[in-house]
Amino acid sequence: MKAYLTRRYLFSASHRLHSDAMSDAENASTYGKCNNPYGHGHNYGLEVTVSGPVNESTGMVCNLVDLDNFVRREILERFDHQNLNTLAEFAGTVPTTENLCMAVYDILQRGFRSAHLEKVRFEETMMNSFEYAGAQDRIW
Amino acid sequence: MVYLTRRAEFSASHYYHNPEFTAEENQRIFGKCNNPNGHGHNYTLEVTVKGEVDPRSGFVVDLKQLKEVLNREVLDAMDHRFLNKEVPEFSSRIPTTENLAIAIWQRLATKLTRAHLHRVRVYETPDLFVDFYGEA
Repeated sequence: MKAYLTRRYLFSASHRLHSDAMSDAENASTYGKCNNPYGHGHNYGLEVTVSGPVNESTGMVCNLVDLDNFVRREILERFDHQNLNTLAEFAGTVPTTENLCMAVYDILQRGFRSAHLEKVRFEETMMNSFEYAGAQDRIW
Repeated sequence: MVYLTRRAEFSASHYYHNPEFTAEENQRIFGKCNNPNGHGHNYTLEVTVKGEVDPRSGFVVDLKQLKEVLNREVLDAMDHRFLNKEVPEFSSRIPTTENLAIAIWQRLATKLTRAHLHRVRVYETPDLFVDFYGEA
């Protein structure tokens, strides 16, 4: 039987929203306070949802240790306490939480093999959250 | 279609062990969860039902009935219990959060007559939850 497992992680990072394709005035009007050249930070809440048949021997969709190890190594150790603008993922894109969702989804999609990736969800603050499920258009 | 979610909490203990595995395999796969004396969690259960709104009552489902079924089928059976030893489903299945979500779905699906069960979500901790939609 197919089940969906969601694990929640936290990391803290800074960023600045600024597009080289826009003038200074346009950047300021588009991004407002987020365009501050010194950057600012958030405590990001990250939820990773994976799915698959529940293994009859273990009772698991996937071993949580595998998911935790992958996320710690490939995401938390690279993103936590960093300035997102300095990371390779954001060399050509603005580190909005939309783009962060897609970047983290891509890392998981390319490297995590123990279960099927369903969705990445980010809370930038308690007021804002973002979800990305690749090409799927699914109602949760 | 309107979706209605009812939340409930229960506390229970469990451990993970497959008698077909060697002691070393059980330890390697299940880690700390393999302690035969068990350990516990405060589980949060969210049951979502769906349906059209009854024009006379304005309800998708009578919440009183949903609560009664939840209390009888889930909380009375699982709250303050050792899942491995006291809940029949787990005499042959490991009481992981995945299997707990499936067992709760199976208990509710046959008892909810008016409401159509959409999702069972079980939080083992605030950082970990499993969703089951009745998919094969």
